[in-house]
Amino acid sequence: MRAIIPDALKLQLRYPARAVGILGALAMAAAVFMPWAYGPGALDNMTLWASPSPLQLFFGVLALLVLALLAIPLVGKPKLGRWAHILAWNTSAKTSAISALAMAGVAAIAIAIELGGVVNLDPGAWVALVGGVLAVTATLFLPDSPPPSLERVKSAKWLQITGIALGMAAVLFGAAYGLGLSDAGAFLTFAAFLVGLVLILRQFGVFDWLSIAAANNRQVLVLSAFTVAFAFPFTQDGSDATMSVAAQVLIFAATALGLNIVVGLVGLLDLGYIAFLGAGAFTAAVLSESAFATIDFHPPFVITVLISGAVASLLGLVIGAPTLRVSGDYLAIVTLAFGEIFRITMNNLDGNDGPNLTHGSNGIPGIPDLSLLGFDFGQPHVILGIDIGRFANYYWLMLLVMGLIIVVFTNLNHSRIGRGWVAIREDELAAEAMGVNTFALKLLAFSGGAFLAGVAGAVKAHYDVSVTPDQYVFLESAFLLAAVVLGGMGTVAGVLIGATILKLLPEKLRFFSDYRLLLFGLLMVVMMRFRPEGIVADERRQLEFHDDSEELADEVEEELIAHHAHLNPDREVFEL
Amino acid sequence: MSSNPDESGVGVNAGEVLLDAHNVTMQFGGLRAVNDVSLRVHTGEIVGLIGPNGAGKTTFFNCLTGLYKPTAGSVEFLGEPLPPKPRLVVRAGMARTFQNIRLFHNMTAIENVMVGMYSRTQTNAIDAIFRLPRHRREELASTKRAKELLDFVGLTGSGDSLSRNLPYGDQRRLEIARALATDPKLLLLDEPTAGMNPQETRQAEELIFKIRDLGLAILVIEHDMRFIFNLCDRVACLVRGEVLVEGTGKVVQNDPRVIEAYIGAPATEPDWQQPGDRPGEGVADA
Ligand SMILES: Nc1ncnc2c1ncn2[C@@H]1O[C@H](COP(=O)(O)OP(=O)(O)OP(=O)(O)O)[C@@H](O)[C@H]1O
Ligand SMILES: [Mg+2]
Repeated sequence: MRAIIPDALKLQLRYPARAVGILGALAMAAAVFMPWAYGPGALDNMTLWASPSPLQLFFGVLALLVLALLAIPLVGKPKLGRWAHILAWNTSAKTSAISALAMAGVAAIAIAIELGGVVNLDPGAWVALVGGVLAVTATLFLPDSPPPSLERVKSAKWLQITGIALGMAAVLFGAAYGLGLSDAGAFLTFAAFLVGLVLILRQFGVFDWLSIAAANNRQVLVLSAFTVAFAFPFTQDGSDATMSVAAQVLIFAATALGLNIVVGLVGLLDLGYIAFLGAGAFTAAVLSESAFATIDFHPPFVITVLISGAVASLLGLVIGAPTLRVSGDYLAIVTLAFGEIFRITMNNLDGNDGPNLTHGSNGIPGIPDLSLLGFDFGQPHVILGIDIGRFANYYWLMLLVMGLIIVVFTNLNHSRIGRGWVAIREDELAAEAMGVNTFALKLLAFSGGAFLAGVAGAVKAHYDVSVTPDQYVFLESAFLLAAVVLGGMGTVAGVLIGATILKLLPEKLRFFSDYRLLLFGLLMVVMMRFRPEGIVADERRQLEFHDDSEELADEVEEELIAHHAHLNPDREVFEL
Repeated sequence: MSSNPDESGVGVNAGEVLLDAHNVTMQFGGLRAVNDVSLRVHTGEIVGLIGPNGAGKTTFFNCLTGLYKPTAGSVEFLGEPLPPKPRLVVRAGMARTFQNIRLFHNMTAIENVMVGMYSRTQTNAIDAIFRLPRHRREELASTKRAKELLDFVGLTGSGDSLSRNLPYGDQRRLEIARALATDPKLLLLDEPTAGMNPQETRQAEELIFKIRDLGLAILVIEHDMRFIFNLCDRVACLVRGEVLVEGTGKVVQNDPRVIEAYIGAPATEPDWQQPGDRPGEGVADA
C-alpha cells in the first residue's frame, strides 16, 4: 500500500482521512447494537436490537480500538507526550481497521452460508461491513508512523508481572471461550477476532514488551502459565467434549515439542517421528493390564513409562547410528521409510507372520485406565464443586508430561549441548573442527527426542484405550512436522500454538475435514513464502532464514542486549 | 628437513618437537596437491608457510587437522600418531582458523568462543537437564574464560554482538579467540591477515606474538611477506605441493628459487613491487 498512495497525498488528506475513519469506526460501533442475521441459527444469535451477542461485543472491541486510535491523537502531540512515540498510532489504526473488517467479513460469510444466502444478512452486518471498508480506506491514507517503542519503556517489576498475569488470563479466557463454541461459523469469527487482536497488539509492541518482561521474570511466567493450564478444566465444568479435545491437543503438542528438539534445535529432518510415539504406545499397551496384552509382565505405570521411553530411544539409536553420519537428506529418506516399516511391522506381529505381539491390525484394545497413587484416572472427581471427568484427569497428566518435556527442551537448549547443536546447524564442519562431537550430539537429540515421544505414547495408549497400527501413519508424522514448522522451529510457545491450531481446527470445523489436507498444504505454502520462521520466531532461526537481512541482524542484536538489560543498567530507556 | 641447524632456523625459543609431519602426500584424483611434505614444529616456535596460490598450503593444513586423511605419510603430534578425526585433533591440542572465515554467524561472539570450549568441558545431557552443579560450574567458568579470551584478542565489549555483525578484522580475531578456547598447544592460522588493512595487520602481528608468549607454538600461512618475515622463526615455502626451501626468514627470502616461484621467470622486473599484488607482495620489501 505504501507504494500506491504517495506520501504527499497522504499528508494533504490526513484530516479528511481521519474524519472518514472515525465515521467508519462509529458505524462499526453502532453495528454492535444492531441485528446481523435474520435467523438465530447462525453464529451466536445476532438477531436482536440493542442486545449484542458475545461475538458482537468482541467486534465492538475492535471498533473501539479503531475509534480510539484515530480520535485520541486529535488532542495533539504535546498532550500525548511520550505516548506519541511509544505507540505507532496510525499504523495500529490501520491494522485495527483491517482486523475489524476481516472479522465482519468472516461473520457475514458464515451467516450467509449457515442460513442459506446473502438475504439473511440484517442491517447490522451491512453497517459493520461498510464501516469497516470506510475505516480501512481512510487509514490507508494516513501517514505511516514510526515503529512502536513500548519495549523501551522502563517498567516496574509489578507492572511486568501484572502484564504477564493479564496475558495468561486472556489466554485462559480465549481458550475456554473458543473451545466452548460449537458452531463452526462462530468459531471462525472468534478466530478472526483473535488473529486480529494479536496483530494489533503486535503492532502496539506489546509482544516485544512482554517478551522482555517474561525474560526478566522467568519464574513468574512459568508459574502463571502452568497455573492457567492447570485451571483450565475448572472453566469447563465437566464438559467431556472440550476436555477430550484439550487432552488430545496436549498429547499432540507434547510430541511435537519432542520433535522440535530434533528439527528445531539440531536441524535434522525426521519424517518418521510418529513411529516413536507408536513404539511407546505399543510398549505401554503390551505391558498393561489389558486382557489382550501379550506380555505377562505388568509393572506399575511409572516403570512402564520409562520402559516405553527406553524402547523408543533404542529404536532411535538403531535408526540414527548408521544414518546420522551421512548428510541430512539421507536421514529424511531413512526416517520416512522407518515410519512405514514400523507400521507394517506392527501389523504383521499378529501370530501369523511373526510372533503375536500386537494382534496385527486389531491392535490391543481394552487398555484399562491409569491409577496412580490411588488416583483413578477413569473416575470423575468433584473438586471445589466442579466435575473433573476422565478426560480432565488425563489432561492434567499430559500437562505434567508436557512440563517435563519443556524442561528438557529449554534446559538442553541453554547449555553446552544446545550451543553445540546451534554450531552444528550453522556450520557442521567448523563445529567438528572446533572439537564438537557432532555425531554424538545428533544421536543424543535423535534418541532423546524418541525417548520423549515414547513417554507421550505411553500415556496416549491409556488415554485412547486401544492401540492400533493405523493410528501411527505417515500423515501424523507430517502433521507433527507441520506443527513445528508452522509454530516456529526451536521455540516452545510457537510449537504449542502450531500444535493447537493443527489439532483444534479439524476438531472444531468438521465440515472442512474433507479439505483439511488441501488447506493445510496451502497454509504451509503461504507460511514458507511469507514467514518461513513460523508464527513465533526463534531469533536465531529467523536470522538463518533471512541470511542477507542486515536490518534483522541489527534488530536481533538490539534485542539480545535488551534481554540482558537487567545486567546492563546504563542502557538508554524511556522513563514513564 | 634441513640438517644444518643454522639454516634450519630452529631458534633459541624452540623446545621439544610438537608436530612432526613425515612425507605427507595428498592426492585428489590426478592432482597431487601435497607431495611428500615434511615439517616439524617445536614448542614456542612461530613457523611460516608460504607459497603461491594453489600451492597446497591449505590442503596441508587440512591433512594436519584431520579434515583430510593423507594419501601417504604420517603426522605425529606430541610423539603420538595424529588421531583420525578433527575433534580428536582438537582434543590432542591443535586448533585452527580458516582461510575464508567460518564463524558461527548467527551466534554471538561469546557463544562462538564458548563452542570452542566444547572439548574441554564435560557437562552432559543429565547435568544440563537437571541443572546439576557441574552444569552451573562449567557454565560460569566458560563464560568467564570466554570474556577473558575476547579481551585477550582485543574484542572487549563485543561479546553480545552477533558474529556476522562484527567488522571483518574483528571476525578474524574472533576466530582466533575461538581457536584459543580449545586450549591448544599448537595454533594453525590460515591467512590471518587476508583482507586486513596495514593497521589491522600490525595488530594481528602483535596478537600472534602475544599468543606465542603464552607458550603456544604457531604455524601460519600468509601471503604478506613482510608480515611473515617479521613474525616467523622459520619459514617453509611450498610450491606445487612440494617444499622448495625451508629455513630462517633470511634464507628463504634470499633464495632465488622462491622469488622465481612467485614471479615466474627470474628478474624480468615485473610489477611485483606493487603493493596489493598478492603473490609477490612484500618480497620486494624484504
Ligand atoms: N577437496 C579437493 N578436491 C580436489 N582438489 C582440491 C581439493 N582441495 C584442494 N584442491 C586443489 O589442490 C590444490 C591446492 O589447493 P590449496 O587450497 O591447498 O592451495 P593454497 O596453497 O591454500 O592456495 P591459496 O593461497 O590460494 O589459499 C589446488 O589446485 C586445489 O584446486
Ligand atoms: Mg589456502
